[in-house]
Amino acid sequence: MEKTTNITAAVDSESCGTMVPRPFIIEKIRKNTADTFTIELKAVDGGDLKFLPGQFNMLYVYGVGEIPISISGDPARPNTQVHTTRVVGNVTRALRRLEAGDTVGVRGPFGTAWPIKEAEGNDIILIAGGIGLAPLRPAIYHILEKRRKYGKAILLYGTRTPADILYIKQLEQWRSRFDFEVDVTVDRDVEGWAGFVGVVTTLIPKAPFDPLNTIALTCGPEVMMRFTVMALQQRGVPTRNIYVSMERNMKCGAGLCGHCQMGPKFVCKDGPVFTYESLKDLFNKREI
Amino acid sequence: MQSLEPYLAEHPFLKGMDRRHIELLVGCASNVRFDEGQYIFREGDESNQFYFIRHGKLALEIFCPHKGGIVVHTRTAGDVLGWSWLLPPHLRHFDCRAVDLTRAIALDGTCLREKCEQDHELGYEIMRRFAHLMESELLELRLQLLDIYGKNH
Repeated sequence: MEKTTNITAAVDSESCGTMVPRPFIIEKIRKNTADTFTIELKAVDGGDLKFLPGQFNMLYVYGVGEIPISISGDPARPNTQVHTTRVVGNVTRALRRLEAGDTVGVRGPFGTAWPIKEAEGNDIILIAGGIGLAPLRPAIYHILEKRRKYGKAILLYGTRTPADILYIKQLEQWRSRFDFEVDVTVDRDVEGWAGFVGVVTTLIPKAPFDPLNTIALTCGPEVMMRFTVMALQQRGVPTRNIYVSMERNMKCGAGLCGHCQMGPKFVCKDGPVFTYESLKDLFNKREI
Repeated sequence: MQSLEPYLAEHPFLKGMDRRHIELLVGCASNVRFDEGQYIFREGDESNQFYFIRHGKLALEIFCPHKGGIVVHTRTAGDVLGWSWLLPPHLRHFDCRAVDLTRAIALDGTCLREKCEQDHELGYEIMRRFAHLMESELLELRLQLLDIYGKNH
């Protein structure tokens, strides 16, 4: 009984406002690739939902279930919540079937953010794999908005095939800027692709950044992040300057249910963005 | 005519190599240029050269019937391409195509093998550096095989 009281107290004091889904209307829903889509939401009450790059929301498809999805929109436009996700389970399948005008529940934003403020004055390199570009996009919006505050800005992005590249038009726009280097590589070639072929880590040794004054943000499958961290370390980027975004089975979003526990950490509350330094002892533990 | 020595001496692949050995390499080196779409070699060709890419992009391909050339990986400025010159039977395993206009320094494999036979210290240095290159390319290939962006990851 005492335990229950404690939990209730924690909910009341820390996260009561985030435990009740707020209704949002789907403004747009569009397919990105064969198995990914982007959804744009506006609050039914018309209000903003301010967030920091790297955070996520819990999206509730009424009658089906709730899932965590990282926010992939522009933090300077908090009146629109943008989420890109892949169709992987019941909830994402149901979400994909919804249409503009339908309503979903939103709780959030949750979690820690990319260190974009701390990165000012340094070079910044963002390394994304597959759908991992989505949680990095808000950071890219911010960096490009405040471009003069950073040294070199580089995005390295790897996907399976050219057909799996997310935000392709936006990547082209970013690449056409003179102050943002964008390199895309694919694991498998198809006819007509004139870009790089090979894993994303192969782009790191030649990327033009100053390792000792660089903040690295990486998001993608854990295997990819492991090898990305190794390649960054080989380039001489200090471990404390490397940030990773983790994914676990997040349910409550407030560090109460324990579903997303990773050793002593809760990914929903202590993450999803961690310094690699804080995680390195857990990163290679197979049991975790 | 400008010597290729400064470029080779500064190349990361040859970092720390004795000046005497660099000079031996220069004796086997020449400037080459490949136009977009040009095939530099084909699978089964005799392998007597490797390349320090200075500019552009080269694609290594495996030819498949009904599919054409499938690019296994690409190599760009700063990369070293080709190791089959080093080990018998000295035959190419892939096709290599210039994706863009590409400039490179070609090293004559026959010339270099002879020098390595005469100077085993040079031979050790070359083998050591190529072993490292092979290891990183093997790692790259293994990661590619994992299909890490698939749904199961």
